[in-house]
Amino acid sequence: MTKTEELTALSSQVRRDIVRMVHAVQSGHPGGSLGCTEYFVALFGEIMNHNPHNFTMDGKGEDLFFLSNGHISPVYYSVLSRSGCFPLEELKTFRKINSRLQGHPTTHEGLPGIRIASGSLGQGMSVALGAALTKKLNKEDSLVFSLHGDGELQEGQIWEAAMFASAKKVDNLISTIDLNGQQIDGATDNVLPMGSIRDKFEAFGWLVIEETDGNNLPAVINVLEKAKASTGQGKPVMVLLHTEMGAGVDFMEGTHEWHGIAPSDEQLEMALAQLEETLGDY
Amino acid sequence: MHGFSNSGNKDTRSGFGAGLSELGKTNPNVVALCADLTGSLKMNAFAKDHPERFFQVGIAEANMMGIAAGLTIGGKIPFTGTFANFSTGRVYDQIRQSIAYSGKNVKICASHAGLTLGEDGATHQILEDLGLMRMLPGMTVINPCDFNQTKAATLAIANHEGPVYLRFGRPKVANFTPEDQNFEIGKALHLKSGSDVSIFATGHMVWEAIQAIDILAEQGIDAEVINIHTIKPLDEAAILQSVAKTGAVVTAEEHNRFGGLGDAVAQCLATHHPAPQEYVAVNDSFGESGKPAELLEKYGLDAKHIALAAKRVVQKKQ
Repeated sequence: MTKTEELTALSSQVRRDIVRMVHAVQSGHPGGSLGCTEYFVALFGEIMNHNPHNFTMDGKGEDLFFLSNGHISPVYYSVLSRSGCFPLEELKTFRKINSRLQGHPTTHEGLPGIRIASGSLGQGMSVALGAALTKKLNKEDSLVFSLHGDGELQEGQIWEAAMFASAKKVDNLISTIDLNGQQIDGATDNVLPMGSIRDKFEAFGWLVIEETDGNNLPAVINVLEKAKASTGQGKPVMVLLHTEMGAGVDFMEGTHEWHGIAPSDEQLEMALAQLEETLGDY
Repeated sequence: MHGFSNSGNKDTRSGFGAGLSELGKTNPNVVALCADLTGSLKMNAFAKDHPERFFQVGIAEANMMGIAAGLTIGGKIPFTGTFANFSTGRVYDQIRQSIAYSGKNVKICASHAGLTLGEDGATHQILEDLGLMRMLPGMTVINPCDFNQTKAATLAIANHEGPVYLRFGRPKVANFTPEDQNFEIGKALHLKSGSDVSIFATGHMVWEAIQAIDILAEQGIDAEVINIHTIKPLDEAAILQSVAKTGAVVTAEEHNRFGGLGDAVAQCLATHHPAPQEYVAVNDSFGESGKPAELLEKYGLDAKHIALAAKRVVQKKQ
């Protein structure tokens, strides 16, 4: 198998994990998780220089990742586990009592792979900036990645962080916006139209790269490689990644309806029938 | 006479600035962030001596708290600086999620706390910050009483692993604790022994409590005074030991009567050793413009009011 074939197989398995985890506890956020599957698989499987088998909070010498839109924890947990951060069978505990896999990611339970709690939106870019500054102070050339929802851009703190990032030339940061056009109450264009997100980040002094096919694995790898090549040039790097909410499960695709609800038994079967079991279910 | 001498009025915020400046020289992991109040927080010396470790974030306190949380990842010890109001209420959720719940080693340093901020008025005079910070699991809450103690506390919190809220103020007040003292987090300081009433004071109110000693002595009341510089974790042993002897309590704080030192002490007493207590605190109101001394008098937070409260509580003893 080529690396791309391997990662494509992983993507299918991650999608099975997501719908099974959310189904098992009848809660959680499948839509955004499915939409960001290729991003996570590309980042953890190909792009980042990291050491998932020997997690340290400080992550010295490694690239770091911060999830700002913490509700898409299912895809995060699945990819962390399948990267080797913690045992696969722990995915069974998602959102259950006494679990390290809380509804939203946290450091509090000591889950390897997590470096900050997230869930209350808008905070992750600031945290990523701090981590990127520490990399610079420690004279490391490692990178810091962060992921944000597009609805999350309605939080003011994001723009405080965006202003700071370019003003202070934090050019070892690659932030990505999951542009799926959806939020809880409906389409972002209906809830609070934000105009051109590209123009906004360019006006804030970022180097912006856009990928319209965010559920195409080679395209995602390619755009993240491009982003990496754009670091170190005095500007923070923004990847605008167009994805489809619910991607990979036809009845969940393209709607906010599956933001935060779980599939029934029957819907789970329908979903799994569309997703090949490539690496073995947890 | 109470026997404490003022070596000259100084502001507690300058104690913070002096401590931070010293940390800059002694601890290479200490970094500082400020939201456009470098002069007010007395962070200029650190900023000038260590430009690579000082981050001016502009008027963006939420971002500052998040950046501070991130800076800890890789071993930095961030000290954030802004007014108490903007250090707590304005950024509560950022502190809650990115710092406290995430267990980050951030030192939240807050100046201009309480009424003694003075003329700027109620928008800036936060009287709820101790309560807000006390409620966060894992947060250490410290309110030192003078310049020397604020400097010592600043040095001490750098060596404490975990989030800390350090509260200090704007006006020049008596500087009466020893220079180069060792500050022990969570250890109350016994200032004066007495048999009739225990006065537990924090921050600027410690000096007022000391002034109350003589007023009370003239009335034949022998007051014990203890400086509770650390409100969380509370030195329950020191409090209970004192109350076992005196059987009556006054708490004094530059804070709303809800959520601060008084409530912390009341909770301790109710659980372990019920005793009559009087609060010297702001009576559930906002502040207003005025000179610090005028405000302390109007809102019942000066030595005279502490003495009155002590007299009342002594009369309640059975």
